Amino acid sequence: MIPYLHLGKSALADFRRNKTRSFLTALGITIGVFSVVILISLGLGLKNYIEQQFESLGANLILVFPGSGFGGQGFGQGLIGGAKFDEKDVVSLRRVQNVDFITPVFMKATAVEAGGEKESTTLMGFDYDAFALMNLELDSGDYFSKGDIEARAKKAVLGFTLSQNLFGEAEKSIGKSITIENQRYKVVGVAKKKGDRDVDNAVFLPYKTTFDSLNPDKTFFAIYLGTEDKENIEAVKKGAENALLKRYDEDDFTVSEQAELLGTFNQIFSVINMVLVAIASISLIVGGIGIMNIMYATVTERTKEVGIRRAVGATQDDILVQFLSEAVILSSLGGVLGLILAIVVVLIIRFFFPASINLFSVIVAVGISSSIGIFFGVFPARRAAKLSPIEAIRYE
Amino acid sequence: MRVTLSMIKLLNVKKTYLLGDEEVHAVDNVSLEIKAKEYISILGSSGSGKSTLMYLIGLLDQPTSGKVVLDGKDISTLSDSQLSKIRNQNVGFVFQSFNLINKFTVFENVLLPVKYAKEKLNFDPEARANELLKKFGIYERRHFFPNKISGGQQQRVAIARALMMSPKILLADEPTGNLDSKTGDDILNILERLNSDFGVTVVLVTHEKEVAKRTKRQIYIKDGKLVTKYL
Repeated sequence: MIPYLHLGKSALADFRRNKTRSFLTALGITIGVFSVVILISLGLGLKNYIEQQFESLGANLILVFPGSGFGGQGFGQGLIGGAKFDEKDVVSLRRVQNVDFITPVFMKATAVEAGGEKESTTLMGFDYDAFALMNLELDSGDYFSKGDIEARAKKAVLGFTLSQNLFGEAEKSIGKSITIENQRYKVVGVAKKKGDRDVDNAVFLPYKTTFDSLNPDKTFFAIYLGTEDKENIEAVKKGAENALLKRYDEDDFTVSEQAELLGTFNQIFSVINMVLVAIASISLIVGGIGIMNIMYATVTERTKEVGIRRAVGATQDDILVQFLSEAVILSSLGGVLGLILAIVVVLIIRFFFPASINLFSVIVAVGISSSIGIFFGVFPARRAAKLSPIEAIRYE
Repeated sequence: MRVTLSMIKLLNVKKTYLLGDEEVHAVDNVSLEIKAKEYISILGSSGSGKSTLMYLIGLLDQPTSGKVVLDGKDISTLSDSQLSKIRNQNVGFVFQSFNLINKFTVFENVLLPVKYAKEKLNFDPEARANELLKKFGIYERRHFFPNKISGGQQQRVAIARALMMSPKILLADEPTGNLDSKTGDDILNILERLNSDFGVTVVLVTHEKEVAKRTKRQIYIKDGKLVTKYL
């Protein structure tokens, strides 16, 4: 009357006899579970990463982008099409009530040279307020001043990593000159490390300085607004929209706040992630078919054993449960192995990327692998249960 | 509920197989009665249907037509789990080719019927298994696998397994068929003692007249039919 323990024992005895076969069968599930768990972890990691990036921006930030926005149909489109903002827009947005900070943002991917070193960088041209809006604190030196902006001063603030790459140390870079697209700029400050690779590798210039040769169109990638009080965010958004509607169509621009944008990003990436996980699940199904195949072979091989068990009093259900539990044990072992492998790999990935395994992926891994055992094991197990005891016992 | 199995009755039992397009009457219109504590043999040549008849008596098979009545109850009304329970508690099988499970040790093989007992046992299974193994002189071999012991020993393990649940009836299908005459004799002695000393009903299926002679009653079967004389 030890109801199910003997089934496990019996299954393990069979696995021992067919070590290679059992291992290879379980391997199919291992690979499936491994890829599903890894993809879920990478998806979570990506989400964490994006959240970190957004957290590094200042609070109460309102972003004005060209295009019809990130929601719905227009993620890529939104950034390409739509309005080209210029200084007139900055002026009209500055007049909106409760806008306490405002900066146009010009961005360009380019290269920077200094003392024989050449590094690729993101060049950002913005107004003085941007330091507050983007939470850019200084490691050493000074910000460029409001006056520098009007004067189109050839001064630059460097991201922390970039300053190290160019000059070895942040402090040493103060007063040195850098060259971007044949123009020389003097480094006046180095920002503190932000943990955001783009910001840490950026060169920040007064936005009017970029008008000389880098940005002859005098247009901006975006305009960032800030308000002191969180309560005002909605009002500022409305005001900004009304101000821009005087000049542009509704579809030409998007006003969104950070939280909203974060939500949209997360939505997009979770859809992408779900698609990837679905693709990885195909390997689980293949693994399940492998289990079914082996279980059919096992049933045939052990026909006589089924007959003997029936003779000593096993019911059809007993036989069904026996083979089903073997399939489940096999696939669960495969699943646990895949999970362990995935945990090891994620721990390694974490050195580079904030991937993480959560309880959800563990439950998914174990749950899915055992359900695969049940689903693909039930057909062979039923065949075993339905064997005629007489024919089974005579089977050689 | 424990079936007392005072009697098994077969009434006009037929068992028909389809072999290709041809119908084979393995058991053809057999009526027969086995009383409690009988020692009886079913004698017939190869292909006479004697094994099929034994499986019908042992509830491992169901007749195509006719009735198998156990303690006044028609077994065709019983479900698979009820039949399995009766087999588990009341019927022991011994086969010509021993039919032990080779991946299990002798001890585990003897314990096998216990795994399918659905009710609480009134004995300690391991103690009983050891006792049976000792009784049949194979206790020292209990951790061996079946393919590592002799045929005679394997058959004694099979008998121990059949007796594990203290069945009322023991069905032996050519139990000496794979053994030399000396070991075969030992096995027959065991069966005889089970009947005489412990009151177990023993049904012995064989094609050997000499073997059948040792039982108290003989039934002859030919081409699936019971005949009065063995030819």
